[in-house]
Amino acid sequence: MTRRVRLWVLAAGLLATAALYAAACTQLPGFGGSWHPYGDRAVRAALQQRTANTVSSVNFDLRAFDTLGEESVLFASVLGTVVLLRRTRDEKRVAPEPVRVPAALRRYGRLMLPVTLLIGLYVIAHGQLSPGGGFQGGVVAATSLHLLYIAVDYPALERFRPLGLYELADGAGEAAYVLLGAAGLIAGSAYLANVLPLGTFNTLSSGGTVPLLNAAVGIEVTSAVVVLLAHFLAQALEIEGEREEDRSA
Amino acid sequence: MSLLPYLIAGWIFLAGVYGIATSRNLIHAVGCLAVTQSSTYVLLLSVGYRKGATAPVFSDAPTSATVVDPVVQALALTDVVVGATVTALLLALVVQTAKRHGTIDPDELSGLKG
Amino acid sequence: MDDALVVAVLVLVAAAATAAVLQRDPARQAIVLSLLGLALAVLFTVLQAPDVGLAQLAVGSAVTPLMILLTVRKVRQRKGRPK
Repeated sequence: MTRRVRLWVLAAGLLATAALYAAACTQLPGFGGSWHPYGDRAVRAALQQRTANTVSSVNFDLRAFDTLGEESVLFASVLGTVVLLRRTRDEKRVAPEPVRVPAALRRYGRLMLPVTLLIGLYVIAHGQLSPGGGFQGGVVAATSLHLLYIAVDYPALERFRPLGLYELADGAGEAAYVLLGAAGLIAGSAYLANVLPLGTFNTLSSGGTVPLLNAAVGIEVTSAVVVLLAHFLAQALEIEGEREEDRSA
Repeated sequence: MSLLPYLIAGWIFLAGVYGIATSRNLIHAVGCLAVTQSSTYVLLLSVGYRKGATAPVFSDAPTSATVVDPVVQALALTDVVVGATVTALLLALVVQTAKRHGTIDPDELSGLKG
Repeated sequence: MDDALVVAVLVLVAAAATAAVLQRDPARQAIVLSLLGLALAVLFTVLQAPDVGLAQLAVGSAVTPLMILLTVRKVRQRKGRPK
């Protein structure tokens, strides 16, 4: 197929999709309407489970099994990335050249790193109360470590980031989620059922298993993002191939 | 007004698909896929929005407050983070493609046949 | 007033998304994508979804563009080497 023909096929497809989609939109309930049957029931159920942040309740209690699936997708794609980006036998590791960092940036990074890390951990820990949770806080905590790379240099980041430990923690987070689900079975209920005491509404220990599953996800997401960025950084800065062109030719 | 958010979500989706189909660089295609993906978040959250309602978090609101739909928010939330790791996987595939074939132009790649 | 704000941010998001698709240079696209991430985070906050906004802020404006830039650097490093 030539490029021209392909563009025509694409245009036809896009136009047809646009027409059908627009037609479907007219049948949707209007934007900002008050008819949310599913949402209302979810809010009622979340309050019954004494979880103040209903979004966390949906993620880690009402639809916890769905989150297990999401988490497994995350785990699998991290695993795939690690396999694809590992150093092969014909590649060598070259120490990146040191770069001078302006003093102001260095000071700023040193100041912001602990603050950002603390915010990340706070967001994870308060997932069942305020906006946040393992998914968001995990990303914040993981990126905070990389301020070391911006403010100091790459070797400093490598020293403070034992990669093996994070890879282990990634697996442990996923395993903890699966095992916490099994706790429901042991207690004589369904898999991933919320079997722990629900606690007092709007306190740190409320929500039964929600804070625990949330913490498991927090650990997994933090280490997942650290591991991912570590492999991309290593590929971009350190690993150099040796004439694959000759080999593949 | 009551249709605009849905139509904007559709526009973002179509723009992203157009970008993927016409891309001459696999990294650019992955970026366009991220755009396409974000259209689903816009659609989901627009469907769940309720005029005059507050966020579905009751730590500082009375339990009688009207809130927007938390279910669509939970769906979008997990996908934002999981989507990023899938983007990472695709970028890793691009790096491998560049290593094996020395090009990341899809048109040149289809000429290579394997 | 609320409506006007939602419409304004929606238009901003649509413009940023279109710009991200039309920017064919991946390194520059990464920057536009991070702007799109910011615009989306604002939109989600306006739509009363702070949870999603927080995730989008961290992922869309930092992690995804960073990974794209690192991939660009890796691929260019290969191209730049004499054969």
